[in-house]
Amino acid sequence: MAAQLVMYEDEFTKINAICDRLAKDANAKVVFLVDKNGQLISASGHTQQIDTTSLASLTAGNVAAMGGLAKLIGENEFPNQFHEGAKDSLYMTIVATRIVLVVIFDNRTSLGLVRLRIKKASDELGRILESMNRRNSRPEIGSPFAEISDEDIDNLFSE
Amino acid sequence: MSFINYSQKEINCKIVYYGPGLCGKTTNLQYIYNKTSPETKGKLISLSTETDRTLFFDFLPLALGEIRGFRTRFHLYTVPGQVFYDASRKLILKGVDGVVFVADSQLERMEANMESLENLSVNLAEQGYDFNKVPTVMQYNKRDLPNAVSIEEMRKSLNRRGIPEYQAVAPNGVGVFDTLKSVAKLVLTELRKGG
Repeated sequence: MAAQLVMYEDEFTKINAICDRLAKDANAKVVFLVDKNGQLISASGHTQQIDTTSLASLTAGNVAAMGGLAKLIGENEFPNQFHEGAKDSLYMTIVATRIVLVVIFDNRTSLGLVRLRIKKASDELGRILESMNRRNSRPEIGSPFAEISDEDIDNLFSE
Repeated sequence: MSFINYSQKEINCKIVYYGPGLCGKTTNLQYIYNKTSPETKGKLISLSTETDRTLFFDFLPLALGEIRGFRTRFHLYTVPGQVFYDASRKLILKGVDGVVFVADSQLERMEANMESLENLSVNLAEQGYDFNKVPTVMQYNKRDLPNAVSIEEMRKSLNRRGIPEYQAVAPNGVGVFDTLKSVAKLVLTELRKGG
């Protein structure tokens, strides 16, 4: 079972900066970073018209289904996926085995440029995520919610 | 596996509704979706066949409120109940924090309930989880039907572990929120332990 994912402020800032830069450098519409379990980590670009929570969940479902297909044919996974639409296209890359980088772009850029920029960004993201993984798996770090009381939990349901 | 974001002050947890085909997993989610206020919920996504059978999953994001300054969000998923969708069920269990097992109370579905429960245990083990340790709640659904098996009988067949259990009539909402609250509590309690 994979360890819990915990992200702190400085990591979040670094990750956001990388996603912002990728959106700009690749001339993409939107860049998302999604945990393989469907949790949205970061979003950059024109995210206003997109239901980001649904996008994160469906991305995870898609990556999981393609991962299942990969195993059926003897591959470990398909690290890159490209879906071409009439106007907008979507590129997904798996980073550090547990995160998915999603880039949505239109004809103002090209697949080649998007791939090139994704490669650089995913290397940088990979390094941050690896360090998060190492820290999260250290046993001496207790649950940050060890202090939650029964009352706190009950209060959530009091209304 | 929950996701805690200190920067955004958020805790995200994943709950999966499991059970045999047509037991009412999607109906649970639809009721929750219809009865929660717009600001606490996201879109209900259903990946279903043309005949409204769940093909891959249903998904409903729900915000429960704050705990010690952290927004708690629950992502509710259902699995496709039909036996031949087992590969999809395994995928949806990845990263699960809590499970609701929805059992169909009708006598003729008892075997399907037991088979699905066994399947849950096997699929959890494949993901590295121990069924006996994953926060799980049992819901006996369709209690209004005339051919419903007695609670004692259902308990004997499905709940030897003695997990919290609720009687439900999901289309009318009976027991739906009790079940959800119960599993959410178990998940948060587990989080406190550092699970």
